[in-house]
Amino acid sequence: MAFAPAPAPGSFTPSLAKVTAKRSEIGDVVTLDLETPPGSMEHARPGQFNMLYAFGVGEVAISISGNANGRLEHTIRAVGAVSQALADLEPGTSIGIRGPFGAGWPVGTQTDKNKDIVIVAGGLGLAPLRPVVRDILAHRDRYGRVFILVGSRNPEAILYDEELRDWRKRFDLEVEVTVDYAGRGWRGNVGAVTCLIGNAGFDPESSVAMVCGPEIMMRFVAGALVDAGMPDHRIHLSMERNMKCAVGLCGRCQFGPTFICKDGPVMSYDTLRPLLAIGEL
Amino acid sequence: MGTLEHIIAEHPFCSSFAAEHCKLVAGCARNVRFEAGSYLARENDPADTFFLLRSGKVAIETSSPSGRPLVVGTLGAGDIVGASWLVPPYRWIFDARAAGPVRAIVLDATCMRAKCEADHDLGYAMMKQFVPTVVSRLQAARLQTLDMYGVA
Repeated sequence: MAFAPAPAPGSFTPSLAKVTAKRSEIGDVVTLDLETPPGSMEHARPGQFNMLYAFGVGEVAISISGNANGRLEHTIRAVGAVSQALADLEPGTSIGIRGPFGAGWPVGTQTDKNKDIVIVAGGLGLAPLRPVVRDILAHRDRYGRVFILVGSRNPEAILYDEELRDWRKRFDLEVEVTVDYAGRGWRGNVGAVTCLIGNAGFDPESSVAMVCGPEIMMRFVAGALVDAGMPDHRIHLSMERNMKCAVGLCGRCQFGPTFICKDGPVMSYDTLRPLLAIGEL
Repeated sequence: MGTLEHIIAEHPFCSSFAAEHCKLVAGCARNVRFEAGSYLARENDPADTFFLLRSGKVAIETSSPSGRPLVVGTLGAGDIVGASWLVPPYRWIFDARAAGPVRAIVLDATCMRAKCEADHDLGYAMMKQFVPTVVSRLQAARLQTLDMYGVA
């Protein structure tokens, strides 16, 4: 496939990306592997997102759920016209792509060096955090203990269950999964994801937390992390709002004085705490 | 200090108890083991015991609308199982099933209620431990009812 030169980051002009593989994850969730123009995505950081354009339907912001070895992954839940059109694509077809956009997770920075890492994911929130885990595993010596705490509606709704199983087998990761309810076949935890925090055993004085999931879950998780002794500025949440331009011009994703597309999606809890308390935002 | 008293004093639920209170609790306690699949308690049975879990996992179960067992919570080492012994009419609300081999301290509820009535300092110490546990479980249960991940 011949690609045109990649547009500059922040451009409104999409590049062409080819769907090279498609995997069914859970229910109405699929992961697309994309081949993108050389030089366009190699620098993308965990936590950033792309604008994916289903031709003739529309454009939607989707987090990067994997970006290694020339394979860009996006995990998509079919909930609207655009995401449904993307989820219906088959390998060999093409889409438009703009990005990467936004502020990513504080991984691979001085912020997290030698710290314990606490990753808390709820539902599809594991998708933007998966590149963090992969990045940590690629540079495992940089970090202290690493905790991965995952919440899901039920066992059937656990995202990336095979990769989670691989992580659980490792001796350098502490992985706990909990579901809201389960049948007797489930041998793991049942309960709210907040219940995993108190029992995890991380040192709140020297930890960095990265949290992604439904906003209400992130609010309660951040509260539980603070209760455990973690300072606000070391808790990072990935926010979600409808985005249009992705570069902070249109104002569609305004969240108080911030634009989620430009100032986020990953933001620290000391910035977000007063905003999350305002129900109307 | 006797072995049972020592185990009770070391358990997170009782770790803030005074030594004399651990001794009183130990007078109502004994060690128990449960095989996987056996029940610590059954719904609607008299709540004449509660448990301090030492190891293993306990599934809190009820019946789903379809009639099949539904696990609504799990508890592990360091947790307590059972608060119904504190509140009339003293009946278990859920099943508590050993999800694997379980070691626990079982406490006789009638004995504990009598000692808490006779020694209000013990009763207060017990309530100071139970109320935060019950409140945090209530908060977690409320989160579970929100079905948060349905819109993630």
